[in-house]
Amino acid sequence: MISQFFILSSKGDPLIYKDFRGDSGGRDVAELFYRKLTGLPGDESPVVMVTTGGGGRQHHDDRHFIHIRHSGLYLVATTSENISPFSVLELLSRLATLLGDYCGSLGEGTISRNVALVYELLDEVLDYGYVQTTSTEMLRNFIQTEAVVSKPFSLFDLSSVGLFGAETQQSKVAPSSAASRPVLSSRSDQSQKNEVFLDVVERLSVLIASNGSLLKVDVQGEIRLKSFLPSGSEMRIGLTEEFCVGKSELRGYGPGIRVDEVSFHSSVHLDEFESHRILRLQPPQGELTVMRYQLSDDLPSPLPFRLFPSVQWDRGSGRLQVYLKLRCDLPPKSQALNVRLHLPLPRGVVSLSQELSSPEQKAELREGALCWDLPRVQGGSQLSGLFQMDVPGPPGPPCQGPSSSAPLGLGPAGLSFELPRHTCSGLQVRFLRLAFRPCGNTNPHKWVRHLSHSDAYVIRI
Amino acid sequence: MPYLGSEDVVKDLKKALCNPHVQADRLRYRNVIQRVIRMPKLDQWGQAEVLNFLLRYQPRGEDELFDILNLLDSFLKNSSPGVVMAATKLFLILAKKFPHVQTDVLVQVKGPLLAACSSESRELCFAALCHVRQILHSLPGHFSSHYKKFFCSYSEPHYIKLQKVEVLCELVNDENVQQVLEELRGYCTDVAADFAQAAILAIGGIARTYTDQCVQILTELLGLRQEHITTVVVQTFRDLVWLCPQCTEAVCQALPGCEENIQDSEGKQALIWLLGVHGERIPNAPYVLEDFVENVKSETFPAVKMELLTALLRLFLARPAECQDTLGRLLYYCIEEEKDMAVRDRGLFYYRLLLTGVDEVKRILCSPKSDPSLGLLEDQAERPVNSWASDFNTLVPVYGKARWATISKCQGVERHGPELPNAASFATAGPLIPEESKESVQELPDSGALVLVPNHQLTAECFEKTWLSLKVAHQQVFPWQGALHPNTFQMALQVVNIQTIAMSRAGAQPWKAYLSARDDRGCLFLTELLWEPENLQMQISVKQNKPRTEALNSFVSVLETVIGTIGDIKS
Repeated sequence: MISQFFILSSKGDPLIYKDFRGDSGGRDVAELFYRKLTGLPGDESPVVMVTTGGGGRQHHDDRHFIHIRHSGLYLVATTSENISPFSVLELLSRLATLLGDYCGSLGEGTISRNVALVYELLDEVLDYGYVQTTSTEMLRNFIQTEAVVSKPFSLFDLSSVGLFGAETQQSKVAPSSAASRPVLSSRSDQSQKNEVFLDVVERLSVLIASNGSLLKVDVQGEIRLKSFLPSGSEMRIGLTEEFCVGKSELRGYGPGIRVDEVSFHSSVHLDEFESHRILRLQPPQGELTVMRYQLSDDLPSPLPFRLFPSVQWDRGSGRLQVYLKLRCDLPPKSQALNVRLHLPLPRGVVSLSQELSSPEQKAELREGALCWDLPRVQGGSQLSGLFQMDVPGPPGPPCQGPSSSAPLGLGPAGLSFELPRHTCSGLQVRFLRLAFRPCGNTNPHKWVRHLSHSDAYVIRI
Repeated sequence: MPYLGSEDVVKDLKKALCNPHVQADRLRYRNVIQRVIRMPKLDQWGQAEVLNFLLRYQPRGEDELFDILNLLDSFLKNSSPGVVMAATKLFLILAKKFPHVQTDVLVQVKGPLLAACSSESRELCFAALCHVRQILHSLPGHFSSHYKKFFCSYSEPHYIKLQKVEVLCELVNDENVQQVLEELRGYCTDVAADFAQAAILAIGGIARTYTDQCVQILTELLGLRQEHITTVVVQTFRDLVWLCPQCTEAVCQALPGCEENIQDSEGKQALIWLLGVHGERIPNAPYVLEDFVENVKSETFPAVKMELLTALLRLFLARPAECQDTLGRLLYYCIEEEKDMAVRDRGLFYYRLLLTGVDEVKRILCSPKSDPSLGLLEDQAERPVNSWASDFNTLVPVYGKARWATISKCQGVERHGPELPNAASFATAGPLIPEESKESVQELPDSGALVLVPNHQLTAECFEKTWLSLKVAHQQVFPWQGALHPNTFQMALQVVNIQTIAMSRAGAQPWKAYLSARDDRGCLFLTELLWEPENLQMQISVKQNKPRTEALNSFVSVLETVIGTIGDIKS
């Protein structure tokens, strides 16, 4: 049960404010909350307590603020009860998805253009602070306001468009921008919106020891669906047949594709999953996560990147030389995009001289770290960079001669990248079949995409 | 009223939880609960609410308990973390008396929790980490094999990193200690100072068990000569030496040279304390302290000066020749020039103490230099699952127990004003709990003992007159922990047909209430409740107008049920 809900822009301006129970101190709690947030050292924790009662012994207005950050906005719920944090956080992210579904994409602009729609939605979703329903299905019967879309969609405007599904570093790889329009806006042009997007998105977190041995691999995968089809139309998703769950199961010949744990959305029927690895579902309009899976420790394919660092450090003169060789072990036809290597350096490093293996790369010092940007890395290729820096040495007795041991404060190196059309677990969507008979003249468009991106890819030096 | 999918759900739920006839019949009861749980129209929000309501039901026997647990089992595998956590809490509370069941549940929920810990939503991740820590308090080995899941990544926000470091510190065991320490050492050089310090403190925590490795790492960190690192390392050393005397030698060797890199008060205090207590093993200790004495005039923190006085006096006892002069100068300064009274008094005190003779000073000042038993005591603080089961899936683990205590204290009991209009809903424990006591009331007529008349009204004056004219027939004390919510209490009493004549406002100490009730044979029961929060008990004094012991006993047992139920839920 929540008392208030509000949305703040990244600068703290309240965009939406809704009081559900009338037990609050009024609108200025939003401001109080923002002050509290910015006053906290470091990053803000998602649950904070704010006393609005002021001085004295009257503490009528104390309340908990629970918030999530979503595309630069703060979505905040307040409550005075000791409620379940999981439920509230889930509710907030569900609200974010819903608002995204109704307004196109979620952002400061879209929210302020669609204030009426947002209030209408909130009225239906929550009553007196209790959740009524969050299903797109039910809600569409009650919502009358049309979403205001900023500008007509144009194919040339690709740079501003996010890839549906993954929140990647720079989502410039989307083949279509149709995913960022409202799911449920126009009732008139039904025929245009027969589109289905299916994304297989994997997040990879890896830790490699300094001797090159693999310490940790973790893959968090999701199959996400964004459907513009009328609700209740059935579809079947065929996964790779060699897909097996758990350590013991064995399917097909060859290495197989193995995951440790799988969970499905409640609308998925699994009657054909055991035999043919087919998921049958009747998705509501809008976004949903069809399947989540985790895989740790043994990957079927080699890791996408290997880094061979060599460090020369002359303690006496304070000269630090780092030679980095980055090898991409993807199949030759694939490529990695937006690769960035981030290497923390010892304190006080100022100057940097560099020799890079190709002109499109870039390296610079930023916030005490070396950032090496590689816009595009082809599978099987090898790139290298030689960096020289001066480390202001400690005033202690100088050690003699160059040593190969790294100075303290150097590393570990972190890589971030995107791998379009590649899944680390090897899971593929074989087919996506719709049982839906188009009422208009067009067949539904189906977009199936695979993508891996790095969550944390850390290599110790 | 939260929306639960349909009216039928609410009806069935009420039936299941309130109707004694249904409860008496195990098969029917099972069916009803099953229907409620399996309700197809219930979405995840509804499910979480229903699981919350079920918390209020106390199963009567073991069979019933396990029936319910079996019925609810599927919720532990739900895809929504909110539902899984609500189910876990219900399991933990229902299986209060079966620790092995609780452990099984926590094993089952490990998967979902770990998934939430690496979820894409940072906020969810944070909440899950807090709960992982809570579980680790009771079952230290629970997540040990998954330690890699709690390694921090560069891009994570601060609050997650800090939680993860805490978790790593708690799940360390013989197998993973090497990897965990290596990972933590990486964090110590992080750009963000407070994260680096948290990592150092975590290493200090691990050092209580794995002393040698940790002290070595900490010593290496001193070599960095960074202020923010050195100060925390020295503080860690101080705590460590106190708890684990075996590492004293290593610490003493590491200390020389640190004084150049410490500027803040906390770090200085720690260093001076170490030099004072273990000065006889550190060759240059007197000279470091001498430097501090030289600069004492520009020292801004009184606490540092006090520490310096004590340390120098201690060192004087161990190495008199080297310290005598310095000590004299310091005492002179403190007594003659110091403006801070506390420091001046301390100086005077030591001066007079020295006048009584060195043996006396030794006797007073030389206390033990370490206390390993303290560490053992802290280690044994493993709390049973039951101590936090009722806090699971609430905001308590998110804030941390200590912070929560201060928050709820300042929140006071006044909090419950706004809930009044909602009295009829499920949320205020009102209509549900008392049913249990009603059940006991309804059982009683069979024995022909006590039936309280509904709608019995007594005016305040009439009450007062009667109260004064009667003697106390029965007095008893019940345990009562936690806060007291008068509205809930009043409602509960109303259900069992006890009228509230007057009560103190919430938060008053001591809290009093006057109640009256009449049974079908015209016997009047007047009651005073006296609640003293410090004693954690509720005292009742009952007076009746006709001396009937049997009825009195039944009345007291009704009252006891109500107090017991409300007390249980609220505590």
